[in-house]
Amino acid sequence: MSVDRRTRIGLRVVALGYLAVLLLVPVGLVFYRTFEKGLGFVWESVTTPAAISALFLTLEVAAITVPLNAAFGIFAALALVRGRFPGRRLLDALIDLPFAISPVVIGLALLLVFGRTGWFGPELAEAGIQIIFSVPGIVIATVFVSMPFVAREVAPVLEEIGEEQEQAAATLGANAWQTFWRVTLPAIRWGLAYGVVLSTARAIGEFGAVSVVSGKVAGETETLTLLVEKRFQNFDLAGAYAASALLALIALGTLLAMSLIGARKSEA
Amino acid sequence: MSVALPAGRRRSGAGVPSGGLAMGVSMLWLSLIVLIPLAAVVERSLEGGLEAFWNSVSARQAVSALRFTLLVALATAAINGVAGTLIAWVLVRDQFPGKRAVNALIDLPFALPTIVAGLTLLALYGPGSPIGVNVALTKLAVLLALLFVTLPFVIRSVQPVLLELDREMEEAAASLGARPGVIFTRVILPSLIPAILSGAALAFARAVGEFGSVVLISGNVPFDTQVASVFVYKQIESDNPGGAAAVSVVLLGLSMLVLVAIRYVGAWGSRHER
Repeated sequence: MSVDRRTRIGLRVVALGYLAVLLLVPVGLVFYRTFEKGLGFVWESVTTPAAISALFLTLEVAAITVPLNAAFGIFAALALVRGRFPGRRLLDALIDLPFAISPVVIGLALLLVFGRTGWFGPELAEAGIQIIFSVPGIVIATVFVSMPFVAREVAPVLEEIGEEQEQAAATLGANAWQTFWRVTLPAIRWGLAYGVVLSTARAIGEFGAVSVVSGKVAGETETLTLLVEKRFQNFDLAGAYAASALLALIALGTLLAMSLIGARKSEA
Repeated sequence: MSVALPAGRRRSGAGVPSGGLAMGVSMLWLSLIVLIPLAAVVERSLEGGLEAFWNSVSARQAVSALRFTLLVALATAAINGVAGTLIAWVLVRDQFPGKRAVNALIDLPFALPTIVAGLTLLALYGPGSPIGVNVALTKLAVLLALLFVTLPFVIRSVQPVLLELDREMEEAAASLGARPGVIFTRVILPSLIPAILSGAALAFARAVGEFGSVVLISGNVPFDTQVASVFVYKQIESDNPGGAAAVSVVLLGLSMLVLVAIRYVGAWGSRHER
């Protein structure tokens, strides 16, 4: 459609204006507010014992969650694309559930299974295992919310590469594991990497589900996002901004990784 | 779909893990982490019988939260449906310096933790706003937060369709004397509708369940700015898991409905292409 110059520029201004008002200016302002008190203040604020423990907990949860999600994602993608079972369509329908469900409902669901009065509550208590209000609960909640990313990124790649190469490898005597490791995995690597980045970002940023199951004990079960909320509610606005800026930096890093990997992905 | 080779009986032990193992592992994992806990929510909501369920869902505060959630999610989907289509068009058809950076920034709401998104909006549109706009604790604030977190859905769903769109039709229409506005509504828009609808549906689903970005900025005023997810959270906090579960089941039902609708739109869209 060859729109005349004035319309085109008008549309451009409206589109960019919307993005600026909604995205750019608010995020820019948070960075400004964070650093207007000087770098020293920010550094102090993100290196308090509570903040450091929150950062490490957040990273620890991501480090456990992401490999689990990657493994599940590969299995699920293989099942979705290569599976010839009646359950395939069901899996395809169910796999997006975590994206469509409210994080609070996810937290509640875990509470009702693993909590004190939950389905497995008494047994877990007897065995001395605490899931809710401790790190395992946070991990399970995070696994739940970020589950579909890898599968959804890898499945289309698997579909595109087809099965010829894998079958050739099999014909040449490779076993299933060799075929997967030497043929399938290299072919899906950029899709996998993209899914892993999305999954990591979500794991680091999850708030709702984690806030239900964590118990929010400073220094123990408090993640970075929970720290932001607590500081805000304790009227420590500057501290909340500092922790937010840290999370926003991670988000920007995610965007960078996404565009780099995205370019590789479309080349492949 | 790969149709090149028959679904074949491969030599056992050779070839790729052909689905059986993968299907078993994924279904087991999905059941453990997702399905069993969701079943627990449904069970708990019905623990006191249907009547108790109905009482929880029809309590005035629950109804008000659910109604507001639905309306604000619909508004979000509609506004971002239009804005997203426009932005996608500008990103695909327009040329300007910095376009690649803008394109990368679109995903920011997906990458930014929701609690940070809420705080971010509060910095500009809350008390102490440098531009003197304070919408904190109003319904508008909730809408703003939802517009922020759902921004990428429609753009990312429309963009690829627009990129692949055959421009010959548009040129034909133009050569027959159609004005740009007519070309857009008669030629471009019909091919975009399935993508716009599925993007808007995703945005709607996300908006219905959104919590992190809303919780700070909305003030959670019952009967006013309290959304369903915050209502559920408050019920959990005040140790009323039954009431929390009942409203959660309504939200779950909505999520499923949207997923089914997206599938339907997707199927309709791919039929449309042929």
